[in-house]
Amino acid sequence: MTLLPSIRLIDVSKTFGRIKAIHNVSLQIADGEYVCVLGPTGSGKTTLLRLIAGLTYPTSGSIELDGKPVTFVQPEDRNAAYVPQQYALFPHMTVRENVAFGPLARGFTPEESLRTADEMLKLVRLSHRAASFPHELSGGMQQRIALARGLAGRSPLLLLDEPLGAIDARLRVILRYQLRRLAKDLGVTVVHVTHDQQEAMSIADRIAVLREGAIEQFDHPADIYGAPTSPFLANFVGGANFLEGTVVRKELDVTLIEVAEGFSVTSSGNAHPLGGAVVASFRQERTSILTSASLEENLVPGKLVSTSLLGVFLRCVVDLGRIGEIVAKVPLREALQQRLPDRVGDVIFVRAGREAVLVFSRPERALAVELEAF
Amino acid sequence: MREESGKSQPPRDSKSSITLWTRVLLSLDLASGSRNTKILAYAVGVLFFLIIVFVPPVFGILLGWSKIFEVVWYPDLLGRAASAILASFTIAVTVSLIDLAAGLPLAWFIVRSRSTWASTIDTLANIPFIVPTVALGYSVLTFWGGTQGISSLLGPEFVFSPGWQMIVLLHFAFSYPVIVRVMVGALEGYKEVYETAARTLGASAFTAVRTVSMPLLKPALIAAFLLAFARSLSETGATVMVAGAFENGPVFIRNARLAGLESPLLFVSFVLIIASSFFFVGIRIFAPKARLPISAVRPKLEKRSSSRAAGNLRNLITFFIFALFVIIPSLFVVFPSVGAISDGTLQAAVAGTGIWSTYWQSVGLSYSIALAATALNIVAGLPVSVLIARRRGGIVVSGVFDTLVNIPIVVPSIALGVSIGMFWGGLTQIPEFWLLVFAHSSITYTYFVRSMVASIESIPTEVEDVARTLGGKPLTVFRRLTMPLSKYALLAGAIMAFTRSVDETGATLAVAKKLTTAPVLMVDWVRGTVPASSSAIGLGLGILVLTSFVSLLVLTVATRRM
Repeated sequence: MTLLPSIRLIDVSKTFGRIKAIHNVSLQIADGEYVCVLGPTGSGKTTLLRLIAGLTYPTSGSIELDGKPVTFVQPEDRNAAYVPQQYALFPHMTVRENVAFGPLARGFTPEESLRTADEMLKLVRLSHRAASFPHELSGGMQQRIALARGLAGRSPLLLLDEPLGAIDARLRVILRYQLRRLAKDLGVTVVHVTHDQQEAMSIADRIAVLREGAIEQFDHPADIYGAPTSPFLANFVGGANFLEGTVVRKELDVTLIEVAEGFSVTSSGNAHPLGGAVVASFRQERTSILTSASLEENLVPGKLVSTSLLGVFLRCVVDLGRIGEIVAKVPLREALQQRLPDRVGDVIFVRAGREAVLVFSRPERALAVELEAF
Repeated sequence: MREESGKSQPPRDSKSSITLWTRVLLSLDLASGSRNTKILAYAVGVLFFLIIVFVPPVFGILLGWSKIFEVVWYPDLLGRAASAILASFTIAVTVSLIDLAAGLPLAWFIVRSRSTWASTIDTLANIPFIVPTVALGYSVLTFWGGTQGISSLLGPEFVFSPGWQMIVLLHFAFSYPVIVRVMVGALEGYKEVYETAARTLGASAFTAVRTVSMPLLKPALIAAFLLAFARSLSETGATVMVAGAFENGPVFIRNARLAGLESPLLFVSFVLIIASSFFFVGIRIFAPKARLPISAVRPKLEKRSSSRAAGNLRNLITFFIFALFVIIPSLFVVFPSVGAISDGTLQAAVAGTGIWSTYWQSVGLSYSIALAATALNIVAGLPVSVLIARRRGGIVVSGVFDTLVNIPIVVPSIALGVSIGMFWGGLTQIPEFWLLVFAHSSITYTYFVRSMVASIESIPTEVEDVARTLGGKPLTVFRRLTMPLSKYALLAGAIMAFTRSVDETGATLAVAKKLTTAPVLMVDWVRGTVPASSSAIGLGLGILVLTSFVSLLVLTVATRRM
């Protein structure tokens, strides 16, 4: 395969009147890569996809596909198949005609086009519905038809806008793995837009997190989860507890942050200056609860306010007095051994190891605003 | 329709299936990718709109600027002109409001009642659409004013003479189906869940409708009012038939033209064009901002109004008004035309002797004009429809076009005709036939474009976007997606434009010098300008009703096939 990057965005911006939809985005996606663009509603995900598809043109910056500049090239000359949110299956054509549209539009004969359509339908296991009309199919089937239609033109690039958004939760989980396998089998490059961080985490080679039109982080899922670059990311991907504080002591590999009078949190690393205003953050599932005191660091007493069941976790809300409320997700077996559901109202202890504590510089705006994901 | 034939693919079994036609289409598709081709297509549409549809009817009148105000030297003429204009607006506003009040309950019944009669009533409500207005005018004239009509039931003292009362009765009858059609459409699209929510919160059915549904349906109410208003203001032929000595704007213009009074004619046309455009734009801007008063709820009274008995009474009154004032007067024209079959008129008509030779000529002329005008509107109207529906020129340009496109149906057609006549009058080398075609294009343009815009807007843009990314050139996408998905609207728009053209009297009266179209001839027959027996009039109109009915039948059958 070629070593050229499949998609390259160079400093692309797009404004609609006074609204900045996309703000200085630079991005390189490799050939055959499966990339998820993750972001809250209104973050510019769809605009980014439409820019790549050529359905709208950037205000500034340039776009390359397969090493060729295509910034202002018409959509039909780009070979990038777009699958919009509601699929937009052509209502007056049968499933087979829908899928054959791409090859036909690109000048293949009707026979060739229909043959390709049949192959694609076999691939998504819907050959038996070839003669149906789109409205006769379920949401999941429609999604697969839209995919087949996108693939039928042999486009090396597939642009998916919330492809699983209209499908019920259980089926969505199954379909996302099929989606990835199909793309990998065919060797196509995929840009998959979603607001569902679990979806992105589970299938992407890399995730680009978009916020207010700018890329916050573009990395492998494990790195986005493990080493988020901002409080927003830590919160948006996975969820976390946040405590505002000041760096009061620094040692070789340890930083001490005072988060309330008399309470300090220890974290590993020493990137932030002494006296710096910071935010200490730790994942809810890396926060454990102890029923009796011990001499470990980052151990704080608090009152268990409420518990609720989250599948394999028990979600516990704990009031830490002056520090505020935090959330701990405790593995269910452990929680039941500790009889946590019966201890609501009791005093317990909360602990997060120093390696679990991430430290960010305090954002310019208020923390609550920074964390908002919409 | 060229677009339609593009849809059928070359035969799939033959190997070398690329026909010449396909090759032409493919090269056109390819050309459509270029910016220049697109600009050319839009330019043709926009230029046609400006040069044929918009500028002549609205600004042509200014060519007679020096003569317009000469009328002020003749105070009695000025007074007559002013009261005619006032009468036009008073009648249009009154009739539209009464129509709204009387038509809404019927629309409600059609959509909401689960009665088996609902669809029958729905069909009946379309009858006045099928009857050309000149036929409707004669029908109203003979029903309310003839010895065979209402007076044969209620006694000879119960008879109307031609005048403003009869104009109101006529305009009520032909505006009624407009209101019902618009409101049925709106109610079908309205989510009943808002009303249900209001009911569960303690509102009676009447209160829920009054405080929740009506405010939400306001845009449709405004649209219905404007359409009824425009029709009433514009109608000429039938109004002339029933006006007697009374004059509203169009009747005044016709009388002034027959009397050769150029200045008052120009003056009234000018005022009508300005006033109706302002009225329309004013309503479009201010009505959506006005809030319907909700005020306090009187639960007991409103609960009583929601009762089954109250509902039945309301339906009864509605059906009575519908039958007596709309259906029967619309169909009354059938009787004299039935008489024509036995008394020898039919034979004379078929033989084409006497007055019938001009009749057939004028029918032929009417249909030729309608055909030419409709064809022009389809070719030149499609790009503008896309321009408006897809905001191709940006929001401002498309919005301006969206408003301007409506002007030709708002301005009284006879005033439009006067203006068009002034505009093209200097160019004597243009044959009169084409002047009439241009006038009819201008008047029917709105019907076609509105129908197409609504349909194109209802197609999600994603459908076209996807097709583009799959490799479709702009014209390919238009041929294979936009057209097939809006074929019903295309046909409906074309037929509406066509029947409206065949039916058009006002503009034809104003533009024509030598040629006579069928409805104009019918007005002459009824007014006695050309002597004709009542069974001849009945038959002449009956034939027009029949052809109109057949074209609507074709529409229904064709759309069911597609």
